[in-house]
Amino acid sequence: MRFLSLIWSNLKRKKLRTSLTLLSIFVAFVLFGLLCTINEAFTGGISVAGADRLIVRHKVSLIMTLPVTYGRRMEQVSGVASAVHLTWFNGIYKNEPKNFFGSFPTDPEPFLALYPEILLPEDRKQAWLKTRTGAIVGRQLVERFKWKIGDRIPLVSPIWPRQGDGAWEFEIVGIYDGAKKATDTSGFYFRYDYFDEGRSYGKGLVGWYGVRVKDPAQAADVAKAIDNEFANSPYETKAEPEGAFVQGFAQQIGDIGTILIAILSAVFFTILLVAGNTMAQSVRERTEELGVLKAMGFTNELVLALVLLESCAIALVGGLTGLAIAWLIASRGSPVPNMLPVFYLPVRYLFIGAGLVLGLGLIAGILPAVQAMRLQIAHALRRNA
Amino acid sequence: MNTNNVLVRVSNVNKVFHRGSEEIHVLSGLHLEVPKGEFLALMGPSGSGKSTLLNLIGGLDRATRGSVEVGGARIDEMSDRGLAAWRARHVGLVFQFYNLLPVLTAERNIELPLLLTHLSKSERRKHVETALKVVGLTHRSKHYPRQLSGGEQQRTGIARAIVTDPTLLLCDEPTGDLDRKSGDEILGLLQALNREQGKTIVMVTHDPHASARASRIVYLNKGQLFSEKPQD
Repeated sequence: MRFLSLIWSNLKRKKLRTSLTLLSIFVAFVLFGLLCTINEAFTGGISVAGADRLIVRHKVSLIMTLPVTYGRRMEQVSGVASAVHLTWFNGIYKNEPKNFFGSFPTDPEPFLALYPEILLPEDRKQAWLKTRTGAIVGRQLVERFKWKIGDRIPLVSPIWPRQGDGAWEFEIVGIYDGAKKATDTSGFYFRYDYFDEGRSYGKGLVGWYGVRVKDPAQAADVAKAIDNEFANSPYETKAEPEGAFVQGFAQQIGDIGTILIAILSAVFFTILLVAGNTMAQSVRERTEELGVLKAMGFTNELVLALVLLESCAIALVGGLTGLAIAWLIASRGSPVPNMLPVFYLPVRYLFIGAGLVLGLGLIAGILPAVQAMRLQIAHALRRNA
Repeated sequence: MNTNNVLVRVSNVNKVFHRGSEEIHVLSGLHLEVPKGEFLALMGPSGSGKSTLLNLIGGLDRATRGSVEVGGARIDEMSDRGLAAWRARHVGLVFQFYNLLPVLTAERNIELPLLLTHLSKSERRKHVETALKVVGLTHRSKHYPRQLSGGEQQRTGIARAIVTDPTLLLCDEPTGDLDRKSGDEILGLLQALNREQGKTIVMVTHDPHASARASRIVYLNKGQLFSEKPQD
């Protein structure tokens, strides 16, 4: 502790240089935090995916439909506990493209049974079962549009226009929360019977199925059995674990993890050079002073530690502030809620970031610190003479 | 000379520097004894080995051959870590260019050697105040080196050297960067430390005016001690 003020005084020596180094580290860690947040937004669904759940879709593409009758047939496949269908509705509120969000017709009871992470009060569930035009809406979506229970919501779907004027109207009967932070609460779910009756074409068709298997260890075998069941039919299926499905969906944009690592590697390598150069310059400029400290009795190890602590102090101040700001930005919510509804910086990334901060400080400081440690007193003092 | 009274004993010391393949013999078979409480001036032309000898006595450098004993301890046989601890405890250094840390105030420069002790903050403060009083710089304690005159900076350097109450004060051209008046003040201060507090001082100087304040003068030339001149 007694050396902290000495370290602090040294950091203040070249205020502009220290500030610029701090700023570069700060920006790097804000970027790290935000990229991790985006990565989580794309892949967070994997962490909440049920190990006992499969997604069954058309073999050719997710946008191709399957018959609603497949549900009952799937439930007869050995190892399947239950199946429920969902369909991509693509609802747009007030006919404004920016008011787009995820909306899905489904069967309420089996849906809520298959997805227990969707937390809906029992009375709201009953209200949904009783109300044909009823919809349950996630907390995030409700807050986005300032909706409340009882509100009537007009939606337009470019895929599924309603017979007649094409417009749909739903009544909010429940607001659901997520059991986990990564649970998406930006969804809009409504009853399939109302949807199927009203749509102008495609009756009896659904988008995909969620399937619960009896034994998660047998999930791969069950998926194969489902695909075999519908092989050589006009609607062949592709069944896969929910986690793999979510990952595959995210990778339609690109391998987010690889992109993230590539960007961050370039950023951190640059920052390492900046911070390393700052420390090397700082030590070079202080050769005589370090010689004087050693002459007074500062040991080689103490001089090494002082330089390393200085380097770590710069990294810690810049890096931790950057992480804190990234966390604050992320906690304000998604800037594009219709594209990235789950938007938060998980604590594990804060710990990884803190580790990187410390690593950056140590790596940037180690060479100058060793150089300072090896400094010969007489040689250092002669430089001044 | 009474051998029991000897504080520094340099015996048959050689110091060789290497410049590429060339060997430069800076000190050759040098013997020197410095009694406790002496104010010794080391004189000689540039390159004669004065500063090298001072560095060996202060444990800042190691002899190529020979032994250096200070206060009964063979410092040439100590480990780097042991030598650092020994310096912190027994040696005060005063430099020609003061070598103060520009980012620290006078009082915090003086406090530096005390950071290596187990003294509490308040104890360190007391020691610093005492050292400032000895050098007459109490009123300048909060000033940074750039705000002090050369003489004041050197007095700060002396306060830093004596704050741990070392056995031995080693001064390398302490007045070399000062005008005559400031130099006289510094020499007076060193003389007072020698006479009133019994500090043993070894001072390297070119200046006959400075060496005149010492109790003994040793002349060095080409790495050899060739005459000694006791002062009246």
